[in-house]
Amino acid sequence: MHLMYFTEQPMSAYSAEEGLKFGATALMFSNRHFDPVAGSRLYNEYLEHYKLAEEVGFDGIMLNEHHNAPFCMQAKCNVFASILAAMTKRVKLVLLGNPLPLADNPVRLAEELSMIDMISRGRLVSGFVRGGGQEQLAAGVNPAYNRERFEEAHELIVRAWTQTGPFRFEGTHYQHRVVNPWAVPLQKPHPRVWIPGVVSKETIVWAARQRYPYIALSTAIDATKKIWELYDSVAAEAGYTGGPENRGYLQRCHVAETEEKAMANARQFMWMQGEFTGLAHPVWSSPSGYFSPSYRKAFVEYAVGRRSNPRGAAFEDQIRDQQIIAGTPKTVITKLRRLLEETRPSILGFWTSDGFVSNEDAKSCIRLLGQEVLPAVREMGKELGLWSPFEANAPVSIAYAKGPAPVAA
Amino acid sequence: MTPVTLATDVVWTTEDVRVGALTLRLRKGGSGDPMLVLSHDIGSLERLPFYDALARRFTVYVPSHPGYDGSERPNWMRSVRDVAVAYQLLLASIGVSTVSLVGLGFGGWIAAEMATMSPQAIRRLVLVGAMGVKPVHGEIFDQAIVSYIDYVRAGFEDQGVFDRLFGADPPTERLEQWDLNREMSFRIAWKPYMYSPTLPHLLGGVRTPALIVWGRGDRVVPLECGEAYARALPRSRLAVVEGSGHFVDMEQPEALAKLIMEFAAEP
Repeated sequence: MHLMYFTEQPMSAYSAEEGLKFGATALMFSNRHFDPVAGSRLYNEYLEHYKLAEEVGFDGIMLNEHHNAPFCMQAKCNVFASILAAMTKRVKLVLLGNPLPLADNPVRLAEELSMIDMISRGRLVSGFVRGGGQEQLAAGVNPAYNRERFEEAHELIVRAWTQTGPFRFEGTHYQHRVVNPWAVPLQKPHPRVWIPGVVSKETIVWAARQRYPYIALSTAIDATKKIWELYDSVAAEAGYTGGPENRGYLQRCHVAETEEKAMANARQFMWMQGEFTGLAHPVWSSPSGYFSPSYRKAFVEYAVGRRSNPRGAAFEDQIRDQQIIAGTPKTVITKLRRLLEETRPSILGFWTSDGFVSNEDAKSCIRLLGQEVLPAVREMGKELGLWSPFEANAPVSIAYAKGPAPVAA
Repeated sequence: MTPVTLATDVVWTTEDVRVGALTLRLRKGGSGDPMLVLSHDIGSLERLPFYDALARRFTVYVPSHPGYDGSERPNWMRSVRDVAVAYQLLLASIGVSTVSLVGLGFGGWIAAEMATMSPQAIRRLVLVGAMGVKPVHGEIFDQAIVSYIDYVRAGFEDQGVFDRLFGADPPTERLEQWDLNREMSFRIAWKPYMYSPTLPHLLGGVRTPALIVWGRGDRVVPLECGEAYARALPRSRLAVVEGSGHFVDMEQPEALAKLIMEFAAEP
């Protein structure tokens, strides 16, 4: 198994009252509420947590980014990846990921990622995302071409990583006279690419066609099983058998010394799910053209309030469905076994704390996970044959299915 | 308030017209000199009292913009100028060599672009609350951050007219069409949003007589844009209609039709 530590990097140091009064805070909640003194403290606390996560035995650190959003103050995952490339020694740096459509120059992304891979001595896993609906608006990028830009930027980056330059690239959205970055990845043929997602079928299908592991982001167990059914069927069409090495899952999981304390802190996961910082705004989170045409009816109904947010389940329901796991290490291990048995992922991210969880409790949770939970999960992984892409020596993509798995050059 | 009624004596037909790679849905009604009416970014209802009023004097053509209201989406199309070119080709293919143009809101931008391409073929140019030029002081209201219903409502001064035309709570099918139309607007006018930085520099060469009409209560495109059009077009004048927001054609159909008839009758 590949066990990752994750935090959304909440920027919770603003007046909750102001946030509640405003409603959905992502995109338009004024940054006059952003306190850079608190921001400086929080960024450094999060660095401390990442360092601790490596010390206690996590295999990877998962990073992401969002824009204009109190729920995530990491506006550029490559910045944290760069810092961690030098600050850590062993963990994989798993970026889930760079929002490709937001990039006007994907070659620059290819360069940055190559630098991170070299500085970290080959520890980069470079995931790619489409970015949320709000992100298209925050970046001024046309939501109607989101998927086209995603696929084209991906093609350009992989070519910039693998094809000897200089070459010319003439795409629909990206045109480059000279692609010849003087920074190439240390890992060959190129760093692993993992694709995270929540609802879009198209993304699951696309990831499966590339043979990239798909990371389900905190979906309910039944929904996760459906994701793997789809992934596996596409895999079969593409000529390979989907298995644990293709499956990742991000689990909200808070551990404390007592059940009561764990449950109280786990409630903070609701902070970014509407109870405190406001759910995604129905219009801003789904600009026209951004979502799949097959969901058009559902999204227009959602946009005018005729359908509720599918991600707005109550805390108790999320505990029942294990979208949130909380408790002492013993409790949590039992629940994780159910997740592993029923959905068989080999990549498991632990999203440990959110909202206003104190620095001390956040660190204590990381320590308890390292001391008691991770060793137990590793044993279960062996017992259930959940071999990660690294352990299984899986090909980096379908294009390299017959070639060697990535190794440091 | 102007009653919203449809004439019973005007016959409208709808046909799909192939223009090169495009298939455009074209509504046609009335008789007289040809008049091309270009509708809003929200699309248009099939029949409006405004169209009927014009059809009593003109042969009125109302195309659904490419990718809007049942016209096939051209996936390659990237700009509003592309739409203007498409309509030049449409006119050629239906054999109309001289035409009066009435552009409503977003359609006003398309009409202005068309006028810069072939001023000699345009008999009269009418721009109503036209997008296409960048306001200096205000902003063009951005539909990207409001719901379909809120955006359309913002175009009316009198919400009762919205309720009568679309229903106080429009059915989901209408919302889906508004979403499709909005997506196409994004495909061709996302950035810069709803204006062309080059259009104002070309308008000075359009010697076509032009009437600029603006609803006094237009909250979508500021009146200053109308003033800018009037300054840029050498043979133009600006008329402001009271009791109307952006959708003058829907809020004051008779008043707007009368302005256009009188303008068309000028020597």
